Amino acid sequence: MNNSFIQINNISKHFADVKAVDDVSFEIKEGEFFSLLGPSGCGKTTLLRLLAGFEYPTSGNLLIDGIDITALPPDKRPTNMVFQNYAIFPHLNVEKNIKFGLRKLGLSHDEIGNRVKDVLKLVKLEGYEERFSNQLSGGQRQRVALARALVRQPKVLLLDEPLGALDKKLRDEMQLELRTLQKNIGITFVFVTHDQQEAISMSDRVAVMNDGKIQQLSAPNELYKNPKNIFVSDFIGETNFLKAETKSSDGGFTNVSIEELGEFKIKNNLNIAANSSDVVCSVRPESMMISKVKSDWDICLDAKIRQTSYLGEMTRFYVEVKGIDKTITVSSQHFDNQSFENNECFISISLEDISLLNKK
Amino acid sequence: MIGFWRKIYAKNDNVKAYTLLSPALILIILAMVVPMALMLSFSMFTQVNMMEIDYTFTFQRYIDFFQKNLLVTLLIKSIKISFLVTLITLITAYPVCYYIAFYVKKNKMLWLVLLTLPFWTSYLLRVFSWKIILGTKGVINSSLINAGILSEPLTFLMYSETAVVITLTHAWAAFALLPLYVSLEKIDFSFIEAGRDLGLSRFEVFWKITFPLSLPGVIGAILIIFIPTVGDYVTPALLGGTDGRMLSNMIQAYFGKINNIPLGAASATIMLTTVILITIIVSNVTKRLTQRLT
Repeated sequence: MNNSFIQINNISKHFADVKAVDDVSFEIKEGEFFSLLGPSGCGKTTLLRLLAGFEYPTSGNLLIDGIDITALPPDKRPTNMVFQNYAIFPHLNVEKNIKFGLRKLGLSHDEIGNRVKDVLKLVKLEGYEERFSNQLSGGQRQRVALARALVRQPKVLLLDEPLGALDKKLRDEMQLELRTLQKNIGITFVFVTHDQQEAISMSDRVAVMNDGKIQQLSAPNELYKNPKNIFVSDFIGETNFLKAETKSSDGGFTNVSIEELGEFKIKNNLNIAANSSDVVCSVRPESMMISKVKSDWDICLDAKIRQTSYLGEMTRFYVEVKGIDKTITVSSQHFDNQSFENNECFISISLEDISLLNKK
Repeated sequence: MIGFWRKIYAKNDNVKAYTLLSPALILIILAMVVPMALMLSFSMFTQVNMMEIDYTFTFQRYIDFFQKNLLVTLLIKSIKISFLVTLITLITAYPVCYYIAFYVKKNKMLWLVLLTLPFWTSYLLRVFSWKIILGTKGVINSSLINAGILSEPLTFLMYSETAVVITLTHAWAAFALLPLYVSLEKIDFSFIEAGRDLGLSRFEVFWKITFPLSLPGVIGAILIIFIPTVGDYVTPALLGGTDGRMLSNMIQAYFGKINNIPLGAASATIMLTTVILITIIVSNVTKRLTQRLT
């Protein structure tokens, strides 16, 4: 397997004075399901369009399978795209839409027929050959778009938020299906989404983007467990932030004073400087507990509950801790849903699960 | 009484629809259906002398039309001129609309308004202004002579078929711009990107995707220009001379100077039928051609 199948070298793309993509470099492995994740306007779609050839970079270069494609037009690139709105040609039926991309490949009539048949089977759309775009449901259109791109057997398939237009249930189904499909055909997928759950559940690796830059590139579980900065920690899943200040450093650990709670020894994976007030501690909801009785966890605090709102798998508490109002989110399974006497409760945190992050 | 009508009005959707349609319907019946019926019936009468018309039904006027070489020639010429006008307008207006629809990002409306600006003046005024441009002592000829390129003025510019084609093309361009623009504007740019992504060159993408998708606008433009220009008589009368005369000028003469209303009515009916037939054929052929393209 080629570890640098797609090479993105110092790519920048500026629109007037907006830096949509700002000096980004990374590599994508062959056969990988790779996601670009970020809020709208973070540059993820621009980066995808740069790969497709719809935009050309202001600086930097792009290589796919060792070939420099930076200056190639879209029709000369070994990529195909599934568009956000699917872009199914409305004047052609499903079969002709799929055949559309084959006409320039110099295939025999039989081979074209076979490829169309195979790809229709792959996306489970046999029997829909004669339908037009307006006679298809959202999910079916998505399959046609997928088939039309895959039938050309590209080296890289680019997907621009392809599940965004589907309803929740269908989206979950398609996530699983896309993942299975990708494993079966082994083509490299570059998937753009703003939905962190989608990116995390489908991808081998995820690049989280913001302000035109890669914030973190790693496997999904790493993103959640070891976020590199406050943006990633906040963007991926729920989290609780606690104001903090680093004191002295001691190997992989740092003494940190967390607002009003006291000083603790916390592991410092990110080489955060000592004596800095520009830091924050992040605690995931499942690493916090709210209980009626005192626990033996590393940190256990008295608190008063002002209000609760139940969010399903999580519950949000508006509490007062040592005179300060705080909002904390806790896994619903981590507190007994009994009524608290006089709203008195204990908040417990395990030190192991606190990540220390730079504010910027 | 008012209550009674209100009940009927509220209960019955048809009544509601026809009430709302009635002003337009009455106008169309009075201004279109009645004159058409009159024209059809007059085409079946006979002009006996200057004042008298014989009201017995006959198809003789239609036979007369096809026996007069002049009328048939003028009909063919009218169609030819309109056809040229339509073609030139399409070829010139399409790229402009394409540009505005896909490449102009801001102030699209301003572009459209500027393009249609000449059409805010009267039709006659525009025809006369072409006289100033195309005439023997007009802008084109005098500048070419002053520049020493020509010694004699170009005579084919004025009082000719060329003059009629140029003037009509200019006069009707705005009507082609709007349907073309609307149909191009509606095309999602991702269709064009998808075409490129699927391996086609810019040129191929245009013929296989953009053009077929803009077809409703193209057909609309063809009809909107072809139909009125076949029957135009102001431009040929003012700029056509003898060479640029069209059937409509002859029809006008039959109703006026020559005073043969039945033959004029028959000519008008024949022209109407021809135009209807041609538009049906043209839109079908265009659709077929595009299907073959894709």
